[in-house]
Amino acid sequence: MSASTYTSVLGLAAAAVLLCAVVTLWRRSLGAIVRTLAVQGAALACVATVIGLHEHDVGLIVVGLLVLGAKALVVPLLIGRVVRRDPNSRETDPLVNVPASLVAAGALTFLAFAATRSVASLVPTTAGRLIPIGLAAMLMGFFALVTRRKAVSQIVGILLVDNGVALVAFLATAGVPLLVELGASLDVLLAVIVLRVLAIQLSARLGSFDLDQLTELHD
Amino acid sequence: MVIAVLLLPLAGGLVSGVVPWRRGISWLGTAAAFGVFVTGVVLGVDIVPGKPMTALGGVLRADALSAFMVIVIGVIATLATWQSVRYLDAEMAAGRCTRRHAALYSVLVQAFVMTMLLAVLAANLGVLWVAIEATTVVTTFLVGHRQTRSSLEASWKYIIICSVGIALAFLGTVLVYLASLHVGHGPHPLDWTSLVAQSHQLNPGVIRLAFALIVLGYGTKVGLVPMHSWLPDAHSQAPAPVSALMSGVLLTVAFYAILRFKVIADGALGPTFPRTLLVIVGLLSLLVAASLLLTQRDYKRMLAYHSVEHMGLIALGAAAGSPLAIAAVLLHILGHGLAKGVLFLASGEILLTEGTSEIERVPALLSRRPVLGGIFGFGLFALLGFPPFSLFVSELNMLRAEFQVGLGWAAAVSLACMAVIFAAVMSHGRHLLLGPRGTDAPAMTPALVAVPLIGGLVGCAFIGVSAWPLESLLHAAAHIVAP
Repeated sequence: MSASTYTSVLGLAAAAVLLCAVVTLWRRSLGAIVRTLAVQGAALACVATVIGLHEHDVGLIVVGLLVLGAKALVVPLLIGRVVRRDPNSRETDPLVNVPASLVAAGALTFLAFAATRSVASLVPTTAGRLIPIGLAAMLMGFFALVTRRKAVSQIVGILLVDNGVALVAFLATAGVPLLVELGASLDVLLAVIVLRVLAIQLSARLGSFDLDQLTELHD
Repeated sequence: MVIAVLLLPLAGGLVSGVVPWRRGISWLGTAAAFGVFVTGVVLGVDIVPGKPMTALGGVLRADALSAFMVIVIGVIATLATWQSVRYLDAEMAAGRCTRRHAALYSVLVQAFVMTMLLAVLAANLGVLWVAIEATTVVTTFLVGHRQTRSSLEASWKYIIICSVGIALAFLGTVLVYLASLHVGHGPHPLDWTSLVAQSHQLNPGVIRLAFALIVLGYGTKVGLVPMHSWLPDAHSQAPAPVSALMSGVLLTVAFYAILRFKVIADGALGPTFPRTLLVIVGLLSLLVAASLLLTQRDYKRMLAYHSVEHMGLIALGAAAGSPLAIAAVLLHILGHGLAKGVLFLASGEILLTEGTSEIERVPALLSRRPVLGGIFGFGLFALLGFPPFSLFVSELNMLRAEFQVGLGWAAAVSLACMAVIFAAVMSHGRHLLLGPRGTDAPAMTPALVAVPLIGGLVGCAFIGVSAWPLESLLHAAAHIVAP
């Protein structure tokens, strides 16, 4: 592919990852949030594949397909099942309301650009210039984790963090070595399965998927 | 040999999973854990005079530091799996646990031990990360094994907070990889040995950011402030043998990861930045532990906060960074593991017989259950750093090393925190142990429980009096971290 298509496709896909992170903060319906997460997974897979095609790196293309299967299909399906069990599947009362969350998302993006200067200077490529986007997506994941109160929203927060870090890894170093990548994907998949089982067990004990009721343990 | 270490718990786990569960299976886990200890000793004896061993095409690598950690894991796992027999007996007898649950527990404990072993034997920093992340996944179900509301709450907090931490550590690992690729490299850019060899060429700006992320990220699993909030919940809610493993070894396995990265950061940045960072998290941990220990009403949470204190001490010791300091840190890792393991196992027995984990409601343990009370009392003495237990030696040497490198002020602050903690724990311990007996005859503690716990305490005192079995290994391991 030509240099200009590479630049624009890579830029679009990375921007889509960030946009999806913002959309998860904006939407209240958990079903929509999980669908957005699937789109983000697909965009992330696209980033890996495009870099793989550009650098003629077969391993990275395989990783891209793997990410597509895991993060765009399997993980959203697993979480979607939990959402369907929940009669009240909306984030009705987040600790920070939606407009303020979107302002925070903007601030976090600035922060990400400021924080990654030393890293970006080391990678003077097209991909290197996009590194702050991955960090911004990660920070939005933290934000979702701190301010959202449904079990599913917290799982989504973890996955936003994970996707953000993965995006940084693809952009900065064209991915980590294949063995590590395989291990890391397996760990994330297992973690999502564990979280799903825990969410279901918790809801059976608490009678709902709201984490506000997790108040038994304190000092 | 290196592979054999990993195969033992793998075999133990497979058998517990495949064969229909019966009581004898629990003993198999103990045998596997003891086997790990023995192979750790053999590894240590082989490596000290010779060179590090590698296996599986360079994916696994054992040097003196790895061998030492294998020994620590083997010892604590032997005690914990021994006590697991008792835990499963009691849960089955009370009808809280089916055979399937017991089998799941046995498999997960072996998987837990195996992932920790993989972490300390990994040659590659990426594989190290994968192994430590896997410990989180495996232990979450173990924390929630009792399926009560509070234990599920604890496991939820545990996996969420630790996943965040471990994601930060991954970002740190990626940045180290980036710096390594930039230098131009051998065939394995994440290989620890080659990273150390070229550490002075790595980009300092990137390594600074990476090391901060590593300390924060793996620090979450170590239980260092500010990411410690999962620890008291998880350690107090998990079954006692799991608490013993988590508190006794998992925390320090995560700290082992920080030590490995510290060698690289020292090479790239000089000692100042890593030292400052470790002093900050170490002192914060000590201050938080001291203030929260004063008000504890639950003896398992008391032990958990005590772990935060000891991890703070270890971070300060590592900050000093001289060979003396690192040898003391490693000895402290073993001594703390033994003492804390014994105390958590004893607290499991207290919870089982007394039915509550509140200090107020368990008075006069020493006269009512002399053996168990005695074990708990001596365990507290060990943990507070009384001689002859090894924590006395290691704390003294860490403080000495801190004064030598000009961290005297930090050592003084840590001494003040230790004094507060000493007073708090003594007062809680007095409440728990002393007091009039009442009318009941003293109750006996089964030998199944008492033998491993007394063994653990005797071992902790033995290495405090005479360091000869470990001396050369500690020396070699300390020189890996502080060349």
